Amino acid sequence: MSHSDAARRFLADQARTTWHDQAVWSFRAKRDRQAYGIPEWEALREAAAGIKAHTMSRLGEYLEEFERNATQNGAVVHWARDAAEHNRIVLEILRNRGATRLVKSKSMLTEECGLNPFLEAHGITVTDTDLGERIVQLSGMGPSHIVAPAIHLRREEVGDLFHRLLGTPEGLSDPTQLTAAARLHLRERFLACDAALTGANFGVAETGGIVVVTNEGNADLGIALAPLHIASMGIEKLIPRLDHLAVFVRLLARSTTGQPISAYTSHVQAPRLGSALHIILVDNGRTAQLARPEFRKSLHCIRCAACLNTCPVFRRSGGYSYGYVLPGPIGQVLAPGVDARAHRDLPFASSLCLSCGDVCPVKVDLPDQLYRWRQRLGEQGLVSGRKRAVMRVMGWVMARPALYERAGVLTRWALRGLPRVVLAAFARTWTAHRELPEAPTEAFRDWYRKRRGAGAAR
Amino acid sequence: MSARDAILAAIRRAAVPPAELPDLREVSQVAGEAPPDLVRRFIATLKEVGGGAVELAGPDELFGAVAVLPAVRAARGIVSSVPELDVSLLTLGPDATRAQLDAIEQAIIPGRLGVAENAAIWVDEADLPHRAVPFVAQHMAIVLPKRDIVADMHAAYRRLPRPLPGYGVFISGPSKTADIEQALVIGAQGPKSLVVFLV
Repeated sequence: MSHSDAARRFLADQARTTWHDQAVWSFRAKRDRQAYGIPEWEALREAAAGIKAHTMSRLGEYLEEFERNATQNGAVVHWARDAAEHNRIVLEILRNRGATRLVKSKSMLTEECGLNPFLEAHGITVTDTDLGERIVQLSGMGPSHIVAPAIHLRREEVGDLFHRLLGTPEGLSDPTQLTAAARLHLRERFLACDAALTGANFGVAETGGIVVVTNEGNADLGIALAPLHIASMGIEKLIPRLDHLAVFVRLLARSTTGQPISAYTSHVQAPRLGSALHIILVDNGRTAQLARPEFRKSLHCIRCAACLNTCPVFRRSGGYSYGYVLPGPIGQVLAPGVDARAHRDLPFASSLCLSCGDVCPVKVDLPDQLYRWRQRLGEQGLVSGRKRAVMRVMGWVMARPALYERAGVLTRWALRGLPRVVLAAFARTWTAHRELPEAPTEAFRDWYRKRRGAGAAR
Repeated sequence: MSARDAILAAIRRAAVPPAELPDLREVSQVAGEAPPDLVRRFIATLKEVGGGAVELAGPDELFGAVAVLPAVRAARGIVSSVPELDVSLLTLGPDATRAQLDAIEQAIIPGRLGVAENAAIWVDEADLPHRAVPFVAQHMAIVLPKRDIVADMHAAYRRLPRPLPGYGVFISGPSKTADIEQALVIGAQGPKSLVVFLV
């Protein structure tokens, strides 16, 4: 299904769309308060982008340094070329320890790899322990937002789900009581688990350690209680030195939820006495992206979701409309690199308002990349016939100033003179949700000519 | 070719041009703050993130201060790893069972370092009876010396020990979630409260 078809479905429920829009925007508002509260905000963004760019320029060296130090700390380091290899490694580690009950904290990488269905097909019980993740897992879906996985669901829907699957009283929809019920349910899973899997927000080459950030403490409960900890980390999550962490930790939570820092920023260097730590370094398309200079900066991403929260299209179409594991602008520039044909409509699901680029804490040039993907997809013949035809006509008219001027006259005359029904027939998609604009009394060009004298506009 | 070699070769093939590390002098603009201001800012931020602060004149007042904690009053499930605060009712070590850990009602642990900008407190595994203590406890208290509060994360990371401990965590406030309709709920999977005793 194309993004616009999926978005149309989401928009069918107007009350939900409005609510989703406001809920997501409130993250953006909180982010602004935090960002404006720090005078050095722009210097931090600049530094973060610079550190990432430097890391990417020496990624191989830093990965080897990380591996060396992690191994010395007592971790076992694995490398996975793609999702299938990553999933096989996880299963093998679990099997070697006879583990069947896995608790998992949030990790977009494992969503990307389709780890849960793979493990479940091989007899592993997987429990997502972040509350939002658990909710979407129980609902049989993936996350619809990078940091707020269940943001598309209303409290009554969560209440129904918990009533059916966790046995909470029918009609219970109070978030505090539902969270308390989930706490008891998840505590049982923590106490009975054989293994814990986490993502890694950062890996530090200098120390060989990983950093995991949560608000709930669920990653730490798994790490500290299970006899086995597996950490899945995209190779782009690396930073060179411990001091660099300060820059990213200061930016991450502020950009994400508008908190000054998340509740828990955990630094895992070594396994607990008597337990094991495995770190899997995953490529899965990242080196291919590294080899594309014009899209390379997308590897700076720290998965904060600021670009989703600010995006007018995301807010009104929901995470599932993107048909890719990462929704919103960052998903729109990463997905075509994974499969250009399957995701060919995504770079067009944007008004190019540039807001995503302005809020990105690591300065990924998202609007530029969206624009560039449109060019690349056009060159590869992956743009629909209708879109191509419209663009060709538009381009032809715009390249001819006299014709363009007459087209403007005609449009203004039509907007003023023709009945609404006739116009609506020409612009059906546009008029479905809004009115046609008022025709201006004169064109900018005419106004300019009048002020500056004839010939000035030439 | 091993996965490792294949990935490293692909990185080399990508031929990313060199890029120098940026100058990090501009990223910290809070130098020169007086210690009382740091403490004030730490306390204000801690309240914002859902924690509570109790300022004490010195370590002698600690005993009286923890006595007001509900679990201490009820004499239930207390674990303290603060040397001058011998109030543990549970005896736990690195080999504690999960059932023993789950019985912790109130944990009281030392903090090594506080950060004024975000109320984060660095907790070192060496100060814990077990790595799980700050997360399985129903309620948490941290004892933090006021002189160990720094302005921001840059100062904090500079002060962390090298090499790092096997496990260390910045804790800012109690466990929380807003995953159901963005309604903030304190006490998600971890502690339902955090009080910081500043000595």
